[in-house]
Amino acid sequence: MSLLRVTDLSKGFGGVLAVADLSFTINPGTIHSIIGPNGAGKTTLFNLITGVYKPTSGRILFDDVDITGKPPYELAALGMSRTFQNLQIFFNMTALENVMVGAHLHLQPRLLASLLHLPSVRRRDAVCRERCVELMEFVGCGKYRDADAASMPYGALKRLEIARALASQPRLLLLDEPAAGLNATESREIDEVIKAVAAKGVTVVLVEHDMKMVMGLSDHILALDYGRKLAEGTPAEVGKNPDVISAYLGAAN
Amino acid sequence: MQMKARTTGLAAMAIILAVMPLTFPNGYYYDIADTALFNAVVCVGLNLLIGYTGQISLGHAGFFALGAYASAILTLRWHVPPLVALLAGAAMVGSLAFVIARPILRLKGHYLAMATLGIGIIIFIVLNTESWLTGGPDGLTTDNFTLLSWKLKGDGGWYWVGGGLLLLAVWLSLNLIDSPVGRALRAVHGSEVGAEVVGVNTTHYKVLVFVVSAVFASVVGSLFAHRIGLITPGIGSFFRSVELVTMVVLGGMASTFGAVVGAVILSVLPHVLTAFEDYEAVVLGLIMMTTMIFMPKGLVPTIARLWRRRRASA
Ligand SMILES: Nc1ncnc2c1ncn2[C@@H]1O[C@H](COP(=O)(O)OP(=O)(O)OP(=O)(O)O)[C@@H](O)[C@H]1O
Ligand SMILES: [Mg+2]
Repeated sequence: MSLLRVTDLSKGFGGVLAVADLSFTINPGTIHSIIGPNGAGKTTLFNLITGVYKPTSGRILFDDVDITGKPPYELAALGMSRTFQNLQIFFNMTALENVMVGAHLHLQPRLLASLLHLPSVRRRDAVCRERCVELMEFVGCGKYRDADAASMPYGALKRLEIARALASQPRLLLLDEPAAGLNATESREIDEVIKAVAAKGVTVVLVEHDMKMVMGLSDHILALDYGRKLAEGTPAEVGKNPDVISAYLGAAN
Repeated sequence: MQMKARTTGLAAMAIILAVMPLTFPNGYYYDIADTALFNAVVCVGLNLLIGYTGQISLGHAGFFALGAYASAILTLRWHVPPLVALLAGAAMVGSLAFVIARPILRLKGHYLAMATLGIGIIIFIVLNTESWLTGGPDGLTTDNFTLLSWKLKGDGGWYWVGGGLLLLAVWLSLNLIDSPVGRALRAVHGSEVGAEVVGVNTTHYKVLVFVVSAVFASVVGSLFAHRIGLITPGIGSFFRSVELVTMVVLGGMASTFGAVVGAVILSVLPHVLTAFEDYEAVVLGLIMMTTMIFMPKGLVPTIARLWRRRRASA
């Protein structure tokens, strides 16, 4: 049974299809990578899956529930979360608070209880804080727990977004270029984090240009070009595919 | 750490509030202080919307006026007890804010400013024209605030009510900000899409904070009506709405104590500046401009940062 099933999905921007008639499935417990040259529609696909954009046509099933057109916060409640290629950090908050927002759904936020700071609120917050600190250490940005997000370096912010997404306890985690802009050492560390996340049973969908990372991590790869499926299969299969090689290397050169 | 700062801030405020009246030579000073306290409470509520959630309202004087008129009308025409009238006014304003919030909070930036401005203006016009209910431009006279057999009167009385209410408002605001709801509000300010993908229904929280801040304004408006004795549509004018926003911005956005400081300064300053007579407005404008140019984050956050930096280097 598939965790995510995408059928005939399309998204047009003023006549241009950024995603075109795309169908694929993602099985639970796998690391699934989506590759393709710049502008291939990878981020648009993420935006469609997570409800940030509404598709022009097509359907998306999550756990066999039709989620097409549902807003992101409802999908988060169903167990889906993501990070962003262009960071979407809460720069007006501390690092730890950023992660604690990630745990929003698990805190039963109530206005009156929050206004009065009832003991129940404080107790849940204390437990949540501890868990979020652990998550920050898990992704490798623990030393920034009390820092203002605005004062953190780029690499740490990338990790912070992963920690925030994990705090929502997703079953499906979508990472949009988590290693972009990082040096080789940092990339390897992110690699380890993704493996560790997957080992916890979270299904990971990864968009990444770092081919070494993609080939090493993925159970399954989907290659896109101009919004269409170019190839699909295991890393070995996709790596041998002549269309992929020409599209990818052609664009890279 | 945050807990300690909160208690210290509240304690300091309580002490200042308690000591202040000792420096008042006459009743006129109480008048100014009461006005400052009332404005401060409205601004603490407005700051939740503007400073923390990153939304704007140029119509909050309208909610203040609705609270005031609800209290005046209910107590005078229907002899409703003042506290009941205050609560009824708050419920009415809260419901109104709830109904209009959903469509307008989908707007952003200038559009949101325009929409809230429009609401303020509509309220102002209704207060002016529906004379059968509101007394039109002449306004309505109001009675003292009574609770059972206790009657609130005199300068001192209102001062302590205003001070107590401000402490309560600041306490509630500090609590809220450091809670799951408050973090969700601040997340809306930080990145709406970032908040949505971890489960924050951003529309819900924008509506919620709009209603809360409107209720703050309404409650203060109700008390204001009883304190002042005569209310006119002017209390809900566009100018008053702008003044409230200016107080929040001057004191410091996303700072509860900043909202208080901004409200106090802009309430007191005109009285200090009467020495400048005709140039009062000009001096006020200059002070505002210099602050905004040199301290765009507002007074309290800027000073707090300088203080932290000095302590760090010491
Ligand atoms: N909001 C939008 N409005 C208009 N066009 C858009 C929008 N978002 C994406 N596009 C277009 O859709 C196409 C796919 O963009 P997308 O960002 O999905 O590519 P990508 O595969 O993520 O590329 P990259 O590797 O550079 O991140 C591009 O041509 C882009 O210009
Ligand atoms: Mg992209």
